[in-house]
Amino acid sequence: MTRKPWRLCLESLLAAVLFSAAPAWAAAVALGFDDARHLLNRTGFAAGIDEVNAFAQLTREQAVGRLLSEAGKPAIMPPPDWVADRMVPPRELRAMSDEQRKAERDLLSRRGLELREWWLQEMLTTSSSLTEKMTLFWHNHFVSSQQKVRYPQLMYRQNALLRHHALGNFGDLLHAVAKDPAMVIYLDSASNRKAQPNENFAREVMELFTLGEGHYTERAVKEAARAFTGWSMDPARGEFLFRRFQHDDGVKTVLGRSGNFDGDAVLDILLAQPQTAEFIVAKLWREFVSPVPDPQEVKRVAGVFRDSRYELRPALRALLTSDAFYAPQNRAALIKSPVELVVGTLRQFGFTTGALTPLVFTTARLGQNIFSPPNVKGWLGGEAWINSTTLLARKQFIGRVFRADEMQPVPAAMAGAGGGLKGAGGLGSDARQRLLQGMADLHFDGDKWLFQFINTEADGVRRLLLASAPVNPLQPGMQGMALIRHLTQDPAYQLK
Amino acid sequence: MNRREFLTAVGAATVAAAVHPSPAFAAARGDYGNLLVLVELKGGNDGLNSVVPYADSAYYSLRPQLAIARDQVLQLDDKTGLHPALQALLPLWQNRELAVVRGIGYPDANLSHFRSIEIWDTASKSNEYLHDGWLARAFRHAPIPRPYAADGGVVGGAEMGPFAGSGTRAIALTDTEQFLRQAKLATPAGQAGNTALKHILGVEQDILRAAAKLNTDYVLHSEFPKSAFGNAVRTAAQVVASKAGIAALKVSLNGFDTHSNQQGTHARLLKDLAEGLAALRGALVELGRWDSTLIMTYAEFGRRPRQNRSGGTDHGSANAHFALGGRVRGGIYGLPPALDRLDGNGNLPFAVDFRDLYATALEKWWGVSSVHALGARFRPVDLLRA
Repeated sequence: MTRKPWRLCLESLLAAVLFSAAPAWAAAVALGFDDARHLLNRTGFAAGIDEVNAFAQLTREQAVGRLLSEAGKPAIMPPPDWVADRMVPPRELRAMSDEQRKAERDLLSRRGLELREWWLQEMLTTSSSLTEKMTLFWHNHFVSSQQKVRYPQLMYRQNALLRHHALGNFGDLLHAVAKDPAMVIYLDSASNRKAQPNENFAREVMELFTLGEGHYTERAVKEAARAFTGWSMDPARGEFLFRRFQHDDGVKTVLGRSGNFDGDAVLDILLAQPQTAEFIVAKLWREFVSPVPDPQEVKRVAGVFRDSRYELRPALRALLTSDAFYAPQNRAALIKSPVELVVGTLRQFGFTTGALTPLVFTTARLGQNIFSPPNVKGWLGGEAWINSTTLLARKQFIGRVFRADEMQPVPAAMAGAGGGLKGAGGLGSDARQRLLQGMADLHFDGDKWLFQFINTEADGVRRLLLASAPVNPLQPGMQGMALIRHLTQDPAYQLK
Repeated sequence: MNRREFLTAVGAATVAAAVHPSPAFAAARGDYGNLLVLVELKGGNDGLNSVVPYADSAYYSLRPQLAIARDQVLQLDDKTGLHPALQALLPLWQNRELAVVRGIGYPDANLSHFRSIEIWDTASKSNEYLHDGWLARAFRHAPIPRPYAADGGVVGGAEMGPFAGSGTRAIALTDTEQFLRQAKLATPAGQAGNTALKHILGVEQDILRAAAKLNTDYVLHSEFPKSAFGNAVRTAAQVVASKAGIAALKVSLNGFDTHSNQQGTHARLLKDLAEGLAALRGALVELGRWDSTLIMTYAEFGRRPRQNRSGGTDHGSANAHFALGGRVRGGIYGLPPALDRLDGNGNLPFAVDFRDLYATALEKWWGVSSVHALGARFRPVDLLRA
């Protein structure tokens, strides 16, 4: 080979830039304020100034390593005290008197509300926002809704399951969630019997949970449904139950493989498809990086995901340390979800809170009623979060929390029956009281918060609050609450 | 066509329309001077006690306590009558401006509130999951004139329902004055650096455009009932009065999920509905818009013919609804409830697909094609005068 040395040098440099995901220089350099802010706001809720400053000193690897090692712990907040209570099976419910049935319905909606308050409280309190983000991610992936499941106990158990596996192994999670009682009810596995297979779960497990549309055949759905026959639940104990005599033990052919598969065997066949890793990674990309996945990068990260046999931490590490994650065109490219907007605002500004009832209603009104995604596809997210109603409601909420004196009365739309919280039924006087009190108890200490910016002033506040330059420029000399209001009402505040 | 093929076909059609704006689409300009008002009866109105088959003995044996007595019914003909609480609609009937359509439903009825209203809002089949509302799809293919304040408006609620979907300029408001006040939170758009911001700025533009055209200048003389529904129809009338330009409005009345002790609740709701609609008629006549307005009621489902043991009714399927307006051809449409042919759940077979009514609004009222919005051909119901 007779290459000139300089050319060799250039080529290897080019190769380093083109083929290495995280160039050596990036690994050794501290993130700095903007990159640290970007990482924390994408992997968690809006971060406070201290946290951003702390992460600014770390390299990409160190920062991501810290986030991943702190994540995946059980919830801090104790669950509502009824989560282990016995569930009233449908048969018993039908035999009840009107008063008893109504009391039971009211109990379900009250507990549904408490469950939402519990999760929002965890999001506000946790030291690992990434755990909450990933639990939400799986809630919107392995969708179940209280509307159909009905029992808040089962919704709580599913949340605990998603949380347990949130950053663990995707294969384990898939197997566990397929037998999760709430999922068994939600996707009608309970009525999937040998004589009359119900294809609901078999279809969605391929379309929404593993492969994605266009990567399986109708025949695969029918055959897989047979493999899942007999997967049911015990209505009295609310636990998974395999009904042997409802199970079709015959030979099935799924995606080119034949055998007398049971449900677990079919899940393993789905996990063996390279497409599954790409499908999940593309979804993680849309959650963390940008609305449009980069096919090359997705392939690379999916390779890492598969090599680790579906461990989530290596995949997230590859994604969150990639140059694409920090690329300028991917900054401020995602729209905050209602939960991110509400929880993020309260966390970032260090609000003190009372009952979280108003936050449950606000997130529902903004289009994200947690524990009740609209259908099996979950929340569409992205641009679908914002329409004229939700945008004004976002701005109104943000405006109101910074104007303590105007916090009451709660507008009729919020206090009215349900307030967009479908299935909660009418709001009892107790919940109404909690709603009003909760609004009154939201408190922001503006002086204390602004004091952190004594040296950096308006520009420091702007760099913390917004992912990009404000659409409406700051007026010279703007400060204090006027500055906070201006920035939080700016369209860029809706972005992360 | 199965669910997947349908979704693919809709997707392909959307892409095709976006890439090649064919002359057919360009020519699809509707008569949006005609206003459509949708009235959602949330929870599932009991159609059987609203439009009563008072000559059918099966009706009385299925509902020993709940049936409306023959001598209470407001008779429309020798077999059919209205619930007495609908008294306020009687003058419209006598004027031949009220159409009663019976037996509205769809194949494989879903009995969940949530899922069934989604089917109605998106005009999907029972086993299809569509994202966009039927009006959103209609407006995409036959756009509303740009100078209009908005494509559609939802009064007194935040759920966009039939308007849901990107590209629809739909606003939601409870009260015109309040909307105008809140709209000050929207700011004139600056530069969008990416598609996410561009979308947000586009929505801000929609709000500002609507706010710029809506006003409370005209003071209505008509009286409205003092109820939530009365306020909603007042706001709807106020939007029309501001001459801002809007193709469709949606108002709703809550509380029709009458599983227990239905009698009093249902009578109160129907009175609210009838008086509200009569007031809306009065206001539209005052504004000279009654002849260019079509009002249609809808709900996720009807209720089960046999009363339950709680003095109420459970989720049903086929239902009766109303259409009213200055150019509505008054009369009774559809088929009487086949109380002798109930299905395994004890529910009624349907006679008129709800998408037939949507096709009526799209083709006969606005003069636009309905196939884009409804995914297939449906037969309009001949309930409009030329």
